[in-house]
Amino acid sequence: MNFFATIGRAVLTVLAHIGRLALFTGRALAGVASPPIYTRLILSQMLRIGYYSLPVVGLTAFFTGGVLALQIYLGGNRFGAESIVPQVTVLAITRELGPVIAGLMIAGRVGAAIAAEIGTMKVTEQIDALTTLATNPVKYLVVPRVVAAVISMPILTAIGDSIGVFGGYVVSVYNLNFTGYTYLKNTIDFAHNDDITSGLIKAAVFGFIVALMGCYNGFNSKGGAQGVGNATTNAVVTSSILILAADYVLTALLFHK
Amino acid sequence: MTTPKIQLIGVKKRFGPKVVLDGIDLTIDKQSSLVVIGGSGTGKSVMIKSVLGIIPPDEGTILVDGEDVTHLRGAARDKVMKKFGMLFQGAALFDSLPVWENVGFGLIQGHGVPRKKARDIAIQKLAKVGLTEDVAFLSPSELSGGMQKRVGLARAIAADPEIIFFDEPTTGLDPIMADIINDLIVSTVKDVGATALSITHDMTSARKISDKIAMLYGGKIIWTGPTGEIDHSGNPYVEQFIHGRAEGPIKMAVKA
Repeated sequence: MNFFATIGRAVLTVLAHIGRLALFTGRALAGVASPPIYTRLILSQMLRIGYYSLPVVGLTAFFTGGVLALQIYLGGNRFGAESIVPQVTVLAITRELGPVIAGLMIAGRVGAAIAAEIGTMKVTEQIDALTTLATNPVKYLVVPRVVAAVISMPILTAIGDSIGVFGGYVVSVYNLNFTGYTYLKNTIDFAHNDDITSGLIKAAVFGFIVALMGCYNGFNSKGGAQGVGNATTNAVVTSSILILAADYVLTALLFHK
Repeated sequence: MTTPKIQLIGVKKRFGPKVVLDGIDLTIDKQSSLVVIGGSGTGKSVMIKSVLGIIPPDEGTILVDGEDVTHLRGAARDKVMKKFGMLFQGAALFDSLPVWENVGFGLIQGHGVPRKKARDIAIQKLAKVGLTEDVAFLSPSELSGGMQKRVGLARAIAADPEIIFFDEPTTGLDPIMADIINDLIVSTVKDVGATALSITHDMTSARKISDKIAMLYGGKIIWTGPTGEIDHSGNPYVEQFIHGRAEGPIKMAVKA
């Protein structure tokens, strides 16, 4: 009896969370669509979410590109297809690894920060204070972060893509005896616009997920320091899982033939 | 007979199985100061948050100037909120903004006052609570608890609200600072001609800032009367509370 009660309770909790998240998403989208729009806050959030994430995203992209080139070379070597390194690298980076790795880094860097900041505002009644000052907390806190993340992520990913390809180039030319010209020519000739834009669309969706989950968990945190800690963990874990799940769905949709 | 400023009729709120408010009836006249006393965890905060729409009640009606505001949302809610100012227990200052922007926040966001003008008004309001101009450019985290309360008070009165709520205004302050805050509350409320609703368990503060006192116990208002009559209430619950006795009809719930 107890066993079934436990399962039942768990199912109800999950359903309640999904419902609350759906409502929260609706409120956020309604906030985007209606005035006032806080341009000043959007710009400052773009600085925090986008610009300050450049070093992290750039470094991870560089090493990802490098290791990809190396692995593809070693794998291709088994059946004499070493020359395919530039083509596979650019495809893997623009379609998949560029947006996904940028998304996961942003989930760790930005999602956690958003959840911690909003969570602290929640437990210290700052969010209630916004309401008493005739300011809608969703519009003031959530909308600027979501909009900034959706705009920043594709830009970050485009830069990360370039750095990732460059990482592959460096390893190939200095370690695997490719000539620089051939490597770049093969990269540019092979990559389609679709490969790049599909990655950027994914990036925008991932940005939305990270900002939304950060805000949602922050808004629902309770009980002081521990509650804020839980909110931060949940924000990172849920947005990471959702990024990977959304990645699959988006790939299936974007490359549906 | 004039319409009361705020009226709560049969307001009920429960969290899961726990009934917090069990039919609150309360009337606050225009330009009067009502203090609600009650022990910790008796739902005082929930009561004022239900008036502010932060925690909507399950049942009952809340009238502000005779207008039903119980379930207002969105722009209509923001419009009503412009009548209110609130001083939070922990001051709840926005730590990402300098002091002056905290004070001017409602003016800038809610009333569309230009930033420069809002800053001038903020500095005037800070002067009213005894803070000098150089404080205006500090960050809230650089201030002591008493100073944060003063900034919170300046923020609450910045937009000349018709109604001001005080949530435990003296909790956590030393007795002298508490008395200074009490004086400031009395003078600022009189200054702007506001209606005040405070919640506290500090009897010294309650006597000083109120015209009327109400006591909340078991989710209901069990006694209301003018401040002068609190010592002759004849109500054993009130007697026990104002004299701070451990023995009496009130049994403190140790576990929430």
